[in-house]
Amino acid sequence: MDIKAYIALSLTLFTTGIIGVLVRRNAIIVFMCVELMLNAVNLLLVAFSKMHAVSPAAKASLTYASDAQIFVFFIMIVAAAEVSVGLAIIVMMYRNTHSIDVNFLNRLKN
Amino acid sequence: MNNVLHIVWLIPILPLIGFLINGLFRNSLSKSVAGFVGSAVILASFALSIFAFLQVKSGNTHLAHYFNLINIDALRIGFDFKIDQLSSLFLLIITGVGFLIHVYSTSYMHEEPSKDFAKYFAYLNLFVFSMLLLVMGGNYIIMFIGWEGVGLCSYLLIGFWFKNNDYTNAAKKAFIMNRIGDLGFLLAVFWLISKIGTVSYDEVFSATSLAKLSTTDITGITLLFFVGATGKSAQIPLYTWLPDAMAGPTPVSALIHAATMVTAGIYMIARSSILYSMAPVTQCVVAIVGLSTAILAATIALKQNDIKKVLAYSTVSQLGYMFLGLGVGAYTGAVFHVMTHAFFKALLFLGAGSVIHAMGGEQDMRNMGGLKKHMRITHLTFLLGCIAIAGIPPFSGFFSKDEILAAAFEASPVFWVIGVAGAMMTAFYMFRLYGMTFLGKFRGTHEQEHHLHESPAAITFPLIVLAILAVFGGFVGIPEVFVHGGHKLAEFLAPVFAQTNAYVSSHHAHEALSHNTEYILMGTSVLLALVALSYAINKFSKYQKTETASTGLAKVLENKWYVDELYDAVIVKPLRSLSAFFNNVIEKKGIDGLVNGVGKAVNYGGRQLRWIQSGQVGAYVLLMVIGMLVLFIIQFFVKNI
Repeated sequence: MDIKAYIALSLTLFTTGIIGVLVRRNAIIVFMCVELMLNAVNLLLVAFSKMHAVSPAAKASLTYASDAQIFVFFIMIVAAAEVSVGLAIIVMMYRNTHSIDVNFLNRLKN
Repeated sequence: MNNVLHIVWLIPILPLIGFLINGLFRNSLSKSVAGFVGSAVILASFALSIFAFLQVKSGNTHLAHYFNLINIDALRIGFDFKIDQLSSLFLLIITGVGFLIHVYSTSYMHEEPSKDFAKYFAYLNLFVFSMLLLVMGGNYIIMFIGWEGVGLCSYLLIGFWFKNNDYTNAAKKAFIMNRIGDLGFLLAVFWLISKIGTVSYDEVFSATSLAKLSTTDITGITLLFFVGATGKSAQIPLYTWLPDAMAGPTPVSALIHAATMVTAGIYMIARSSILYSMAPVTQCVVAIVGLSTAILAATIALKQNDIKKVLAYSTVSQLGYMFLGLGVGAYTGAVFHVMTHAFFKALLFLGAGSVIHAMGGEQDMRNMGGLKKHMRITHLTFLLGCIAIAGIPPFSGFFSKDEILAAAFEASPVFWVIGVAGAMMTAFYMFRLYGMTFLGKFRGTHEQEHHLHESPAAITFPLIVLAILAVFGGFVGIPEVFVHGGHKLAEFLAPVFAQTNAYVSSHHAHEALSHNTEYILMGTSVLLALVALSYAINKFSKYQKTETASTGLAKVLENKWYVDELYDAVIVKPLRSLSAFFNNVIEKKGIDGLVNGVGKAVNYGGRQLRWIQSGQVGAYVLLMVIGMLVLFIIQFFVKNI
């Protein structure tokens, strides 16, 4: 498959994520959009990794272009940790304010 | 090392010890102990000076090298003392007159609290120490150390009664004027170092060193040294500090501002006589400056009413004569006049101090008069001092002044005419002073008249000794016309000026004055002085206080030719306004503005940027995205980062 298709999909996901983060006020949705952006990047990493792996130069090297794939796992783990912390914050936020509107958080400044 | 004169370091060390004792323990020492310590160390120095003098007289001169003060590359400046005829003579004057004045001070300053009393003696000892360094130094650097030291002590002692604002101003004036001169001295030393790489007298005056100096160099160096001398020795244009220096205690005026410190400039030029002889331009400048100072100060002294001010201007005038002597090449004459002047001027100042003491601090001669019958010893010694300074034979002033005037006549008869006019004025103002103070009727208050008394022995003893010296001191330099070989002082000093004299006689055809001419010159000057003297006595023995303000020339003279006002307008005021300009514009607006401006800019910027921190998560994210986009765009368009 052509690499361009992966790039296009990844770009679409990422842009969706950014727009979601910017325009939505629901904390859960914002959170999901962040995950969307992370996964857009993951997708891109894996796609490029695969593309480089078929090149003869990469085959000759011992690393076999697996760095990017390992990095993807790493990102997933960080994302999982982040989700657990983030969801906990949202829960606490809901308990205290009965709302999950992110703009509600600006009262922290006082 | 084996030379017996190697112990001369004791001479300046003793006053230094005295200074330390009096200075450090001034709170606990009683007056008698402080006075005793202060005087005893000077007496010991005097004894050692006599020893050194006798050694030198028997032909033993010595350059004592103790350690290297500065040792950089080829430049080696040692802590050296040079004991030769010139310095040993000055040693005698400084420690001898110094001792008498210390003794005098024990009585004169007795009303001070004991703390101030000890402080006074500490300063006085420090002064003697510095002055000894100045004359004993074997090179210009040691001389400069002493030179600065005496300036400092002069400042401290003029401002001794520092609670009076005028006195501290006088002290500051003296210090600053001296500093101007010192700058000239320093520049001359630097010039010497850069040209010949040494400052030691023996090396500088050696033929090889002198050959390295061009005429311009010598003229420049000697002129700069002379600038130093005008500051220290109160010559035009830096003389105005000396009359103001009378703010100090009277013994200080006698020691520092009459007998010793102010002669430092003469000593320095006499020491460098070979350089000056090689620079005719400078010699001419020295002679003219000396002569004009002598005349100017004498005219001012004619109309002063403060007893100490008259003596101060008289000192400036006499110093002018010494410089005239130096300028016309009569180095021995100048040194001779330094010596006799030290005797009679110290005597006059101490006499004036005795009068002031009796009058309870009154210095205005218009309120004195008739003191003759109240203070017999002071009167007699003062009269002798007046006759000596007026130049009446056979008193000491006659011999030394005559020697200078004769040399001036050889240089140019014009110098002689002006010089004699100055000498006439000297006789006039001294006897005006004498007449107003001691003759006629007492013009002060009843209380003062009741208080009048002869001063105690500690005051009269120095007066008597100095009077004897003032009367007979001149006999060491009887001119050739009277007694063949009578000029013992010239014989004694001959080795010091041998090189100079050899140089002068090889370059200029020198014709000694015929004896007849010399008799005529002497006769004229003595006659004129006698005329002025008797006129002054006649006029001022019957002096009555008048209230009319003087007019015309008299007013100008009373106001000292308005020189202080002129300096004030030309130098002080512009300097003040320049400082005010720097303070208000450059400092407050420029530098302060810059420093405060940086703070203000940060403060303002911070306040504006604070609005970005809104607390809206969406706004933060938007900013982040914008930031990333900007980075991408930069990355995209600017490839080679």
